[in-house]
Amino acid sequence: MQPSAGHSRVSEILAAANAVILGKPTQTRLALCCLLAQGHLLIEDLPGVGKTTLAHTLARLLGFHFSRIQFTSDMLPADILGVSIFDRERGCFRFLPGPVFSQVLLADEINRATPKTQSALLEAMEEGQVTTEGETRPLPEPFFVIATQNPSTQVGTFPLPESQLDRFLLRIEIGYPDRNAERLLLESGGRREQLPGITARLAAGEFTGLQKEVAGVYASHPLLDYVQLLVEATRQDQRFVHGLSPRAALSLVSAARAWAFAAGRDMILPEDVQAVLPAVSRHRLRLVSGGQASAEDIDTLVRSLPLP
Amino acid sequence: MSRSRPALAASPTSPLDHHVLPWLLAVALATAGPHAAHLPIWLSVLFVTALLWRAWIWRRRVLLPPRWLLALLILGTTSGIGWQFRSLFGKDAGVAMLVVFMALKPLETRSRRDALMIIMLGFFLLLTHYFYSQSIPTGLWLLAACTLLTATLIRLHGGGPSIPETLRHAGLLMLQALPFMLILYLLFPRVSGPLWGLPQDAYSGLSGLSHEMAPGSISNLIQSGAIAFRSQFAGEVPEKAELYWRGPVFDEYDGMTWRARKRPPGEPPGQPVIEASGPGHAYTTILEPHNERWLLALDLPMRLPADSALAPTFEVLAREPVRVRSRFSFVSSVDYHANRAETPETLRESLAVPADINPRARALANTWRGQSTAAVAETVLHMFREQDFRYTLRPPLLGAHPVDEFLFETRRGFCEHYASAFVFLMRAAGVPARVVAGYQGGEINPIDGYLIVRQSDAHAWAEIWVANEGWTRVDPTAAVAPSRIEQGITAALPAGEPLPGIIRLDAGWLRGLRHRWEATNNAWNQWVLGYNPQRQREVLSRIGVPDPDWRQMAALLAALCALTLLLVAVWARPPRRREDPVELAWRRYCSRLARLGLGRAEWEGPLDFAERVAREEPRLAAVTGEAARCYAELRYGRNGADQLARLRRCLRELPSYRRKTF
Repeated sequence: MQPSAGHSRVSEILAAANAVILGKPTQTRLALCCLLAQGHLLIEDLPGVGKTTLAHTLARLLGFHFSRIQFTSDMLPADILGVSIFDRERGCFRFLPGPVFSQVLLADEINRATPKTQSALLEAMEEGQVTTEGETRPLPEPFFVIATQNPSTQVGTFPLPESQLDRFLLRIEIGYPDRNAERLLLESGGRREQLPGITARLAAGEFTGLQKEVAGVYASHPLLDYVQLLVEATRQDQRFVHGLSPRAALSLVSAARAWAFAAGRDMILPEDVQAVLPAVSRHRLRLVSGGQASAEDIDTLVRSLPLP
Repeated sequence: MSRSRPALAASPTSPLDHHVLPWLLAVALATAGPHAAHLPIWLSVLFVTALLWRAWIWRRRVLLPPRWLLALLILGTTSGIGWQFRSLFGKDAGVAMLVVFMALKPLETRSRRDALMIIMLGFFLLLTHYFYSQSIPTGLWLLAACTLLTATLIRLHGGGPSIPETLRHAGLLMLQALPFMLILYLLFPRVSGPLWGLPQDAYSGLSGLSHEMAPGSISNLIQSGAIAFRSQFAGEVPEKAELYWRGPVFDEYDGMTWRARKRPPGEPPGQPVIEASGPGHAYTTILEPHNERWLLALDLPMRLPADSALAPTFEVLAREPVRVRSRFSFVSSVDYHANRAETPETLRESLAVPADINPRARALANTWRGQSTAAVAETVLHMFREQDFRYTLRPPLLGAHPVDEFLFETRRGFCEHYASAFVFLMRAAGVPARVVAGYQGGEINPIDGYLIVRQSDAHAWAEIWVANEGWTRVDPTAAVAPSRIEQGITAALPAGEPLPGIIRLDAGWLRGLRHRWEATNNAWNQWVLGYNPQRQREVLSRIGVPDPDWRQMAALLAALCALTLLLVAVWARPPRRREDPVELAWRRYCSRLARLGLGRAEWEGPLDFAERVAREEPRLAAVTGEAARCYAELRYGRNGADQLARLRRCLRELPSYRRKTF
């Protein structure tokens, strides 16, 4: 278990991110792991706890070309995907790519847009391509969506449907900072001002190499047994309306791979699975009693299953 | 998704799972159904109708009948049973009531509690079948029904993913119960006689030879293929023609019926004196119950079983009528002189013939007076042989002078006609003679070597008293149909005669099958039905506990049950999770830490565990961290074969009871 060069790069990025996002090491690590596992990230919390800052920081640190869309209720799909306009000089239509044509798309407050606009993102997220006016255009590689949203209890929101939620590999909550972090924040001023000063820590193409390394993290038979045990338990648990889907199980393994990689290991341990399980499963499990599964629900589940 | 799986902890009043009901109906059918053979027909119809009704309700998901209707039904059937049996108690009425319960209970079954009632009732009903039959098929059927009951219990508790799986599980449970059944069967103290009083009519159905012989009495018996007794010879089995098994002896004739003479009180009983020569044949007979005292020994017995006596006419009599299947050991010799010195009273009585009956026969016999005994006998046998006498099971009816009509007109008859006519002629000619009934021949079962004698081997022959020789057997049937004696009844009768199918079978494989079945039955009779206190003592002394008292029996029973329980528990224990040395070492490591108060939760991963240990007990941080990394690498990594030694080294470094300091 020698720490690889890739792992030290990841540690470096995390250290830099934690210098900006104070007191949230788990969240920054989960967010980075989500990207390492080639998944889209959903950050959900109250306004003002640093969702957008986290997304910005990551994109800048990784040296990605990114664009940001602030979703509003009057937004149309073309505002995201792009439009064709008539070019008088050449006498033909020319496609003006929308903000989706970037490596990282920061979709701020995604649940303020109408379902129609939300679903315009669907194809982009799943297929890595965009189809407008009958023409399919590939998106850049890599392509990530980091979406933020307000809790659905807030006024003026359209909750994402389950099918769309399932397309996000992880969903994290940030939560209030602890006392010390908040004090430090108050002393050093708002974080937004620091963003332009963040420099990329990765050269172009380096991230793809890291992703490949992550994909090579070993998942042993006993570990896959454990993953199946967990997934089956969610399916039999009377508290949930449905259990986790096979896609969710795949997501669980990918996220655990990235987590293990970030910890400097080349194999997944049950601890890794347990660490990413809430972020993978909570937005996919709906309670019979209404609402999404809480962190406690997942914890109870984990504690009821002995390691195989 | 298996969300519909019923929880194990469901309360008894919770509604019944829809899928269990067909099982309950099958249970009702299996446990009460066979009683249809001896229940009144209206009850069987009611039973089937009730089950069909319930099945229809289940299928269509309609409402169960109202309570008042069920109350009416139970009232009606109860009074019906009371009217039919004149009682609600006792064997038949009690069983009928149980069957009614089993028929009607499903009609009010809506909860798990009701289903449990049906299953308990089913277990109880199983037992009642033994009032009526204790044969192998009954045993097998009840075993299957018991398995079905167990499977239904499993089903009721939500077990068993599929029907074959449930049945397999139930079969496994039955197998686990098997050793206990055997132990209890062999060792539970036996009482002689049945546990409960059997009704008065218990012995009425037994067949066998009767106290008198009228035309037709033996030819009726002969149509039964039932087994009369089985004999096992210690040595060589005598020739078939020597196998005369003596039953009642008839020495009084009223012109129609032969009977045993009632001796007047003053007459001294004659002493049976047997002078046997040659080697004796030792054999053991297992006699089917026939509700009579005679034991059917081979002519003539030299040594008798205990509790029996030799009658003046040489039949062996038990003290009590034989009412259960019993074993008797004899030694007989086929080469003998019997009562060379016979009492004058007996000889006189053996000449008596009723007056004014059968005048033609008497006239014929008179012409032989003065000839020697042997000559007279030979004359009659010659007559049977040379004239047109036929051997048949369907003789014409005879009138007021049966011997005359038989000898001079019909000339068709069965052994009883020949024996009767022969003895009549002998007596009329002045030769002391009498009729002996019994069995002749038998068939060796090649499977277990027993000689089987059936009711169809019933026979009657004659005995004459010859001076200096004593009583001598003469079998007139042998003169007419020698094959009856040499080969058996089947060979002697033409194909059209009404013989039971079972003794006609002579196709090779069918015969083999019959032999096998009868040998199995014989073993069942001896070891299951005939397992009495005496046999139990034999078994116990063979396993080294001779003549135990009840305390020893109880101790042995308890010890064997405990031992078997232990064996079954060991066998049924879930297999150990892994014999993997890695797992073993890690488990040991964790349990060692658990004794230090640092137990690993079952869901806790190795590194998390090591981290927690490091926080709670920093002195163990290094070694536990090392152990956890080794284990993680071994179990979840790609390779790491050399880590096992390190993991074991970590285990040795832990403080143990021997090394308390660290």
